[in-house]
Amino acid sequence: MTYKNFLFLIFLLPQLSLGAKANAKDIILGAVFPMTGPIATYGQESVNGMKLALKKINLKGVRGKKIRLIIEDNKGEPVESANAVRKLISVDDVLAIIGSVASSNTLAGAPIAQSAKVPMLTPASTNEQITKTGKYLSRTCFTDAFQGEVMAKFAYNSLNKRTAAVIVDLSSDYSKGLAQIFRKKFKAMGGTIIDKNFAYNQKDTDFRTLLRKVSRKKPDVIFVPGYYQEVGLILRQARSMGIEMPFIGGDGWHSDSLQQLAGAKGIKNNFYSSHFSPDDTDPAVQDFVKEYVAAYGSKPGAMAALGYDGLMVMADALKRSKSLNREDLQKAIASTKNFKGITGVITLDAQRNARKSAVVLETTPEGNVFREKISP
Amino acid sequence: MSEDQLYFFYDLFQYLLNGICQGSIYALIALGYTMVYGIIKLINFAHGEFYMIGAFTGYYCIKSGMPLLYAFPIAMLFSGIMAVIVEKLAYKPIRHAGRIPALITALGVSFFFQYFGQMVLGAAPKPFPETYEDYNLLEKFGITEIIFTKTQAIIIVSTVVLMLFLRWLVMSTKVGKAMRATSFNKDASELMGINTDRIISFTFFIGASMAGAAGVLVGIYYNTIDPMMGLIPGLKAFIAAVLGGIGIIPGAVLGGLVLGVVENLVVGFWESTYRDVVSFGILILILLVKPTGLLGTKSKEKV
Repeated sequence: MTYKNFLFLIFLLPQLSLGAKANAKDIILGAVFPMTGPIATYGQESVNGMKLALKKINLKGVRGKKIRLIIEDNKGEPVESANAVRKLISVDDVLAIIGSVASSNTLAGAPIAQSAKVPMLTPASTNEQITKTGKYLSRTCFTDAFQGEVMAKFAYNSLNKRTAAVIVDLSSDYSKGLAQIFRKKFKAMGGTIIDKNFAYNQKDTDFRTLLRKVSRKKPDVIFVPGYYQEVGLILRQARSMGIEMPFIGGDGWHSDSLQQLAGAKGIKNNFYSSHFSPDDTDPAVQDFVKEYVAAYGSKPGAMAALGYDGLMVMADALKRSKSLNREDLQKAIASTKNFKGITGVITLDAQRNARKSAVVLETTPEGNVFREKISP
Repeated sequence: MSEDQLYFFYDLFQYLLNGICQGSIYALIALGYTMVYGIIKLINFAHGEFYMIGAFTGYYCIKSGMPLLYAFPIAMLFSGIMAVIVEKLAYKPIRHAGRIPALITALGVSFFFQYFGQMVLGAAPKPFPETYEDYNLLEKFGITEIIFTKTQAIIIVSTVVLMLFLRWLVMSTKVGKAMRATSFNKDASELMGINTDRIISFTFFIGASMAGAAGVLVGIYYNTIDPMMGLIPGLKAFIAAVLGGIGIIPGAVLGGLVLGVVENLVVGFWESTYRDVVSFGILILILLVKPTGLLGTKSKEKV
């Protein structure tokens, strides 16, 4: 940098911060979501849901102020997530952060928010470690432990299966977390887990050889706690190879693309746990679905509902908070109790994880069908 | 033979078959790397992006109702044209600036296409439309233990056809002769009346259209395409090209097939997570032991 440029920058700095102060009447919140990259649909859906919530909140305002949301794209990558959180705290000076979706991304940003003592609320990351990072981390969704438990129960009791194989996405903390809990619970109930590591990495496209290895071991059911992009291909390739046993998974399967990726043959007879079903007859859910369709022209997925609830819980905490400092706000978030959201009644426990029910959906060529509701 | 041994051979055969299919794709992409390197000594890191462009061209053609047989050459053509445009706009102006600036430009072009693609085409992966019902060809002969699908047959057949075409083009036509001459000594060829600029563009065109073909094949094989899809196969094809001997056309084919088969054997008999470790390990090993590649001869210049 030349001397002149440096002087120019020094000149510019105070003006920049003045510019920020001019809007100090608003409550500024940060959001970190994957708007591009392999899991972009999650981020875009979450943000759509949040925007709907934001509109509703700002009609009345909170403490006579409006909420302004600064959305950062993390491209679905942990490094970018950490950068985004750092930027929101140090440059934008946000009061609190909402985000992110994929657990690996949220985990990358969590320690930064914790050490800066900025409340960070994830609407959709289910990995256990997130809220263990520190007391400034909370979530408004259930955890992997619960999801793994739900699918183990479902496989053992509802599908009546006794031998399971587990295929893990090694590049994802989410997948590893779910797999671990599933193994433990399924064994505890009396089932057998095939003792062999079956794994793949994100962005893999060829699973034929891996699937052949799995089917050789003759499991009754295959648990694949991955994301839809790979799961869709796994389902398609498995069925085209004549592997007919059901595949089951977690909320990472949730996407409109799953049907197309897996194809009509691949999609049949598989199940996954999720946070939300637009087919739920609860009037609050139906109102939300209507509003969402009016705004975006398509039905909301789980991420949209979770994003909506996440911001709504945050707004509720802002209202209840003693003051607008971060410490009080965090206390208010942690004491959320019986908040009626779209994805269920949300109460945060002592570890700041939400306790609420999960739904199991069956994938069919026509869409995902509500199968049963499993409570904690 | 015991049943276990029998199944071992079934598995082995299946993994080889899967490997050859994946290897064919690597080989098609590796051809472009090796041809471009052969002629202007540039590692064209944007090469994987022409594969992505080919896949998307095929996708939109088939979506608009075109049969696969037409979509295929159109995708090749479009990838090739894009490569020529890139060559004229990005590489030609700095051709005399040396190899490092060209390499960095190639990386820039690669990022440009990846992120421009995400902006224009959307980041979410797109399911490639199905044009026919896939089935196991071997079922007719009563074999169910080994699966060889129609798509796999299409991949292998089209790869072989394209390679034979390329061989004919390079070895038996005037353009091919000019390409070989330019690669051997650019200045001398120019003095002999060869329009080397045009030959270089033509080489980019052919290389990228091979990658475009691979893109369409991958579309029908895996049924998913996205703007970032060129990154990993591009790197793998680079390994394949180096493995076979960069700049040597049959080397790219050999390298691609070897890499595809090795990867599938690693997944099948060992752990799937070691697949990329092994592939990139091969790259390091070959650079240490025989930097000229499997088919390479000794030369003073090393990669």
